[in-house]
Amino acid sequence: MHMQRLTDEKIRLLQEKANDIRQSIITMLAAAGSGHTAGPLGMTDIFSYLYFHALKHDPKDPYMDSRDRIILSNGHICPVLYATMAHAGYFEVEELKTLRKFGSRLQGHPHREFLPFLETSSGPLGSGLSQAVGMALAERIDHGRTSSKFFYCLTGDGELNEGQNWEAIMLAGKEKIHNLITIVDRNNIQIDGFTEDVMPLDSLVKKFDSFNWHVIDIDGHNFEMIDGAIGKGKAVFDRPTVIIANTIPGKGVKDFERKPEWHGKPPKGDEVINALKELQEEKESRNCA
Amino acid sequence: MNQNEKLNPHVFNDDVEQVPIRLGFGEGLLEAADLNENIVGLSADLTESTKMHLFANKYPKRFIEIGVAEQNLASVASGMAALGKIPFITSYSMFSPGRNWEQIRTTICYNDVPVKIAGSHAGVSVGPDGGTHQAIEDLALTRVLPNMVVLSPCDAIEAKKATMAAAKTKEPTYIRLAREKSPVITTEETPFEIGKAMTLYDNTEGGDLDLAFVATGALVHKALKVAEAFNKEGKKVAVINLATIKPLDEKAILEIAERSGAIVTVEEHQIAGGMGSSVAEFLAQNRPTPQEFVGVRDRFGQSGTPDELIEYYGMGENSIKEAGESVMKRK
Repeated sequence: MHMQRLTDEKIRLLQEKANDIRQSIITMLAAAGSGHTAGPLGMTDIFSYLYFHALKHDPKDPYMDSRDRIILSNGHICPVLYATMAHAGYFEVEELKTLRKFGSRLQGHPHREFLPFLETSSGPLGSGLSQAVGMALAERIDHGRTSSKFFYCLTGDGELNEGQNWEAIMLAGKEKIHNLITIVDRNNIQIDGFTEDVMPLDSLVKKFDSFNWHVIDIDGHNFEMIDGAIGKGKAVFDRPTVIIANTIPGKGVKDFERKPEWHGKPPKGDEVINALKELQEEKESRNCA
Repeated sequence: MNQNEKLNPHVFNDDVEQVPIRLGFGEGLLEAADLNENIVGLSADLTESTKMHLFANKYPKRFIEIGVAEQNLASVASGMAALGKIPFITSYSMFSPGRNWEQIRTTICYNDVPVKIAGSHAGVSVGPDGGTHQAIEDLALTRVLPNMVVLSPCDAIEAKKATMAAAKTKEPTYIRLAREKSPVITTEETPFEIGKAMTLYDNTEGGDLDLAFVATGALVHKALKVAEAFNKEGKKVAVINLATIKPLDEKAILEIAERSGAIVTVEEHQIAGGMGSSVAEFLAQNRPTPQEFVGVRDRFGQSGTPDELIEYYGMGENSIKEAGESVMKRK
């Protein structure tokens, strides 16, 4: 299924960046004293892939008209967005420590007024996909189906409880928006517990398929699979694409992995020290290998 | 009547021309779209009754049918605006901004993008459809939002101008429209500017007043008729048309409060949070002035003819007249 094969060197770079981003996420959440841990860590590999491989973008020219758009619908995982953007060169890594503080550009949930090169503000769940569809429709009016821009919408899985998503999914299917790629963070947790207990979502593959979307189900931590899915999504010309990215919430720090309680709280004290140590060891072990 | 504003000379005639305010929106959108190719239209399955069909028929490629999905309507428009479009979205006020208020707040106002929200069928004058469809909360819902501009034209001609003016601004804007045929008060020559109140009637030509009416929307005509009745009784009276509810024309409100010392606000909306509240918030801080509120008193609407409902909910000419008598006693 691979449209474009990643070199081993590229995969190592993406892993390296993902490790840096995870360490920044831990550090910034600890400094903030509040915020979400599991989602950002779980989506780090996908963010690393997007910002350090897939996206057409230029951190030195953030308003470049031809850039691809990233629409983060589940705004609460913004630590991974901020950390990735900092490591990509949009702003200094040092600024990450201002997360959630008064006067910071890095609001608790993304606000474009404070950080203008975000594509949108988000936090209240369920409206990102609608905006991504709107952007793609506007692009089509101006450039037809030959547009080379891609619109990437990132959503949570619990977020799909919101009915508005299905309004947008219907519209995207109806309009056959080919340059829209939605990535669902299928980590199976939400605030009140596991998604299948709170409000069952399975089968997401069948649901999206029945709305006339092209559906790809992958391991969201496997760069080759991410790469193959994005490549396929870009190639599909008659439908929008959704990538169900199966991820491990809290990925990278064993004590946080797969535990719903880490959805909405930050690490503190020894948890921070141990998490950073574990991540640093992972980085060094890879460098030795 | 204030003839400086080139108003309809037949406004007090029994056979005054009547046109639905929403039709002015449809014509204004079409004309604005002729002038600016970035204007797009989105409808939630109410294209003809909101009069967006005039635009949709001429510019099918710039029209998106969203279906009965007002939340999506608002946020898709936000996305289109982010890519440089000026989206007009239409539904009934009850559903947009009623159903989709949070989407308007977060994806339109918080993002500060130029989406124009045309809410038709506002007020109890929707009539037989009943209370579920009678939006009498929409001004409160929209004027509380930062960045939002709130327009409430008094007739179809003003609605057309308001729509064309909104098409040229960067602000999120709500345009309140009524379903029923309403008397035409202004003419094509009447000036219109967002943020500017207009004196429609003043029998003192700028002198001291016994009372003043500040009215908005379709009830402006009734306020004019009541002012004319007071005029016949020898009272010095003025009527201000407040077509822009936010930002409030503070200069005009302050001036009319100082000249009259007695204000009656008139709107087809809940008294709580509406245009009258906006006037009162300003005057309480700057020039406390006796004020009576004509509007709906914390109740839902119901089925009936528009006239029956306007009377029943205390917004008819008799009620407006009584409010005028009351406020003068409080001076």
